[in-house]
Order: sequence, then structure tokens, then C-alpha cells
Amino acid sequence: MAEVQLNGISKAFGATRAVHDISMTIGDGDFVVLLGPTGAGKTTTLRLISGLETLDSGSVFIGGRDVVNDTPAQRDVAMVFQQYSLYPHLTVRDNLAFPLRSPILKTPEDEITRKVQKIAEVLQIPHKLDNKATALSGGEMQRVSIGRALVRNPSIYLMDEPLSSLDAKLRADLRVELKRIQADLGSTLLYVTHDQIEAMTMATHIGVLEEGRLVQYGTPKEIYENPVSVYVASRLGLPRINILPSTLFPGAHKGPQIGLRPEHIQQGDGTEARVLRSEHLGDQTRLHLEVQGHPLTTLTDPNQQVAVGATIKINLQNPLYFDASGARIV
Amino acid sequence: MSSFSVNEPSVRTKWFAGTLVILYAIITMIPLVWIAMTGFKSPADAISYPPKYIIGSDSDAGFQPTLEGYVNLFTTRTRQTQDYLEANPPESWADEIVRKYDMVIVGPSKFGERFLNSVIIGFGSTFLSVFLGTLAAYAFSRFKIPLADDLLFFILSTRMMPPIAVAIPIFLMFRNLGLSDTHLGMILLYTAVNISLAVWLLKSFIDGIPTEYEEAALIDGYTRFQAFYKVVLPQAATGIASTAIFCLIFAWNEYAFAVLLTTANAQTAPPFIPTIIGIGGLDWPAIAAGVTLFLLPVMVFTILLRKHLLRGITFGAVRK
Repeated sequence: MAEVQLNGISKAFGATRAVHDISMTIGDGDFVVLLGPTGAGKTTTLRLISGLETLDSGSVFIGGRDVVNDTPAQRDVAMVFQQYSLYPHLTVRDNLAFPLRSPILKTPEDEITRKVQKIAEVLQIPHKLDNKATALSGGEMQRVSIGRALVRNPSIYLMDEPLSSLDAKLRADLRVELKRIQADLGSTLLYVTHDQIEAMTMATHIGVLEEGRLVQYGTPKEIYENPVSVYVASRLGLPRINILPSTLFPGAHKGPQIGLRPEHIQQGDGTEARVLRSEHLGDQTRLHLEVQGHPLTTLTDPNQQVAVGATIKINLQNPLYFDASGARIV
Repeated sequence: MSSFSVNEPSVRTKWFAGTLVILYAIITMIPLVWIAMTGFKSPADAISYPPKYIIGSDSDAGFQPTLEGYVNLFTTRTRQTQDYLEANPPESWADEIVRKYDMVIVGPSKFGERFLNSVIIGFGSTFLSVFLGTLAAYAFSRFKIPLADDLLFFILSTRMMPPIAVAIPIFLMFRNLGLSDTHLGMILLYTAVNISLAVWLLKSFIDGIPTEYEEAALIDGYTRFQAFYKVVLPQAATGIASTAIFCLIFAWNEYAFAVLLTTANAQTAPPFIPTIIGIGGLDWPAIAAGVTLFLLPVMVFTILLRKHLLRGITFGAVRK
């Protein structure tokens, strides 16, 4: 395991700037999540670190060593692809053993057998070891794919939305499992996702990407509580943060736009809001409100019955302020 | 409405399609069966009219199978006097067959040699075409090559005229280079003709193999060549097998260049077989025997590779 440092890395495909001047340090043993929508440059960042793409400018250090001129094999990274790319002509066992048999690792066969068996048990697929890779279900394929990375002990694990193709239950199980494995091994892991639950639950640090730039890098708590912009604030939190004109609410404001998460909204007295709809999710109830024609979503006590069309009063608790361009005003 | 579903043809359609396929098979098989049958006839039966087509029957349409054709194909014979024949009893079953015509076997014919030439040149050029074609196709498929499209078009353009159109320049070139009537010359020539087909066919197969596999292998600690060898090649097996069959069929059947460029040393079977002369004209049973044997290798090769011709083994392991 090692520290990975990115210094101003950039990559363009034709006129598209996929990654633009990203600098960050992924500490030894950190679980870093890159968060952003499709096209933000998450996958390209992973591919630049792995060496599958060459840098236009900048440098990558893995364990203090400049790896810019190294091949992917020499960089000692393991990667899980979004599409589970198992070798279709091999069995599950041979797929898992494939990286261990590489000319770089040249692991003895008895050690391969032991490691493959161990990782198969962790991923709950020991009974599938002698199946052809193509004879597995989607969930099993992706578990083997993750296993093929975990069977090694590389400087860093790179994972590109590894859980996005799985069903909800398996995704939740593997999320917990992955976090546990990472914590046990003390691995350095860079994980790409657009799923905020994965980001919040697994990450020690989150990097938020916007159009190829790293706009904020910090702990999940920092990113959630102190977003630098509307864009970052919108990445985390369910229901999403509400961005409204400050003038809707009485009192002095630090900026023209106000950002309200459910915990910033207290019911009782204050500004009038009309209830448009309420959604009962079991453990919580979502209230869709309207303040002078502006929609607003918040949470409420599931036991409280709110009639559609009723008017309630809300007041603000330490909301976030943003300027007209969306930048945070503290 | 299952009877109108696109997946499941109706029983009547199946019967119709089946009948059509069987009829077509019979029509195309007739010449082959006729050739195979002629190989086992005596020269007289081979040219008799009405034709004889029932094996082992005493009726007018029947003939007794004999190995005469095969014996004549593999041997050279000479006519001998009665005194000689009486003094020297037949040495083998083959010798006995030719005694009917007052002849004795004096040695092997050139057929074995010519057949071997066909094997060397056919399989040699097939191997070379597929080997070079796979490497070129991989490069065209995966790397950014300057002017790749123009190069591919240039490769294809070599097929835009019949190869025999360049026979005279090739004839002169071969003479100057000392390649005339050599195995190497014929292997190079057939490879040059086949390589365009090989590159284009294989490129489309390799294009169909997702790059994720190689990228995974590169990260798993393998070099580009090892990734190609361990991951791409096994998945391209289908394409390689079908390309090899196409290349072999061309090289094996090629006649015009073989007539022009080969004589005593590297002559292949196609120009040799029609020159088999028997007593009083062409020896049809021997020719038919030669053709029958000549057809076998391509058939066996195709049967051996047939499991690779079925696609589907690689589908489903990368989510699209």
C-alpha cells in the first residue's frame, strides 16, 4: 500500500477536456471516492493513474515514485472496471489467479490456490470456482471482477463504479463488505461513483469533480457541511439541497441564494409554505412544499399527518448561502 | 401467437426449409459422389453409356468396384511380353490388377510427390497468411496508425483484379529471383494473394473483442504482447479458424499460377491430376481417384476446425 499523488494532471480527447489540472493526494490507507455526474472526468482520472491513458501534462507519483513513463503493469495498481471484464475463455479460478500468474508477480501455485480460495470465500463464490466465467450471473461476475483485484496486494486499488451494475440488495451487501475488506487490509483505494450513498458510507475522503476539475476534496463530513458551491452541495444529501432566492425569507441574508437541507428547515412559525405532496417512505416522510411558487423538499416526522393543500410555517436554521454564480459565501 | 413469432418458425416453414436444404445438398453432392464412384470403376465402366451407377450389381447399370484407378494413380506401369509375364508372377495385389492389361508396375508415380507439394504450399501459405494477418489486424484494430484507412484500402485493392492479371510480371520476377518452381515462391505468392482477405476478416473479428479484456490484462501485470497472446488470441479463435479455412481453400485449389510457375520440382496436385494418361487416352478412374484424395484434406481441415466456427463462446462476459 502506498500514497498516491496527482500533480496537475490533464487529459483532453480532441476538443473535450476530460481532466483538467487535477491535483490531489490519496493518503496511505485512505478510501477516496471521486464523485460526480457522467462526463465529469472520474473514469479518465482512474485511467490516467493506471496508465491506460497517457497524461497530456502533470505527473503521478505512486509511493513517492514518478510513474509517468511506467506501463500499467509496472505501476502496481489493481483495477475493477465498470463492465465486469472477466476473461471469458477462463474459469473463475483462472480468472482470479490470472494477475498472480503474471510475469511480474510469478506467485507459486500453492500460494495461488490458497489466495484464490480465501478471496472466493470472502466474496461468497467458492462453489463457483470451476465454472466458466460466462456461466455466472451479473452479480457473481462483478464479484469475481472485484476478487481479481483484491487477490493482489497492489499500491492502490482503482475501482470504477464496480457496484453500479448490481441489484440494490447485492449493492448494499458488497458496499459493507468492500469497506470492511479495505479497513482490514489497510488498503489505499480510489473509488469512482455517482452514488452518494456509496460515497458517504465508504469514503474517508471525497473528491468532487465538475467538468474535469476537482472542485472540492475533503472528508464526507466537510463536503456535506461545508460545500464550496451549489454544485458540490447538490452532490450529497437526500432529498437534495433546496436552492432558493434569499428574498423569500425575512431577515438579513449573506448572499442572494440560500441553500436549505432538510435539517436547515424547522417547522413551527415563520414563512408560510403550502404542502403540495407528501411521500411516506416508512422511516421518514418527504414533504414537497411551495414557497411563493418556488418548490422545496424537506423531511418530516413519519407520524405526523399533513394534509395536501394545507399551509405550514417554516423557519431557517443556519442555512448555507451562495452568490449568484453558485459559489459559497461563508 | 407463437406460430407467428420471429423466434420460432412454424412446422410448415421448417419442413419447407428442410426440404430445400436437402434438395440443394443432393444437387451439390451429385458431382462429388460421381467422382468418388468413378474412382472405383474400371476404365471401360467409367466411360460406358448408359452410365453405370449401382455398386456391385450384375445388372446393366451395375459395376464391380475395383482399385484399378488408385493403382494407376500411384504407379507407373509398362507393357511386357507374355514370356516375361509368365516368368515373373505378380509381386503384390496391385501388380496383379495391372496384369489384366499385360502390364507390370515399374515404380511409383509422381502423384505422391505432387500431393505433398500441395500440402506444403497450401498449409504453409495458410499459416503465413493467418499469422501475418492476425498481427496486422490487431495493430489496425487497436493502435492509432497514421493513414490506417488508406493502408487498409490499399491492402484491399490488391483483390480488385484477378490475380492472374499480373501473371506475366510475376513470372518474370520469379525467374529473376530464382523463385520459379520452388515451394518458397508458391508459398509467398499465395500468401500475397490471401493476406488482404486475412487482414480484413480478422480485423472485423478483433474489432468485436472489447478492449476491456486487454486493459484488464495490462493492469494485471502483463505486457501488451502477453495480453494479446493470452487474452485476445483465444477469443479470436473463431475468426482465425474461419480465415484459415478460406486461405487454405484458395491456396489448395489454385490452378493458373501453379500451371505457369511450377513444373518438375514444386508442381502442386491441381495441374498434375489432369495430365494422368492411361492406355489409349485419359485414365478417368485414376483422375477421379486423384480428385477424391485431393478433396479430402480441406474437408478434414474444415471438420477439425468446425467447433471454432460456432460463435457464442465469448458472448456475455462484458456487459454492453
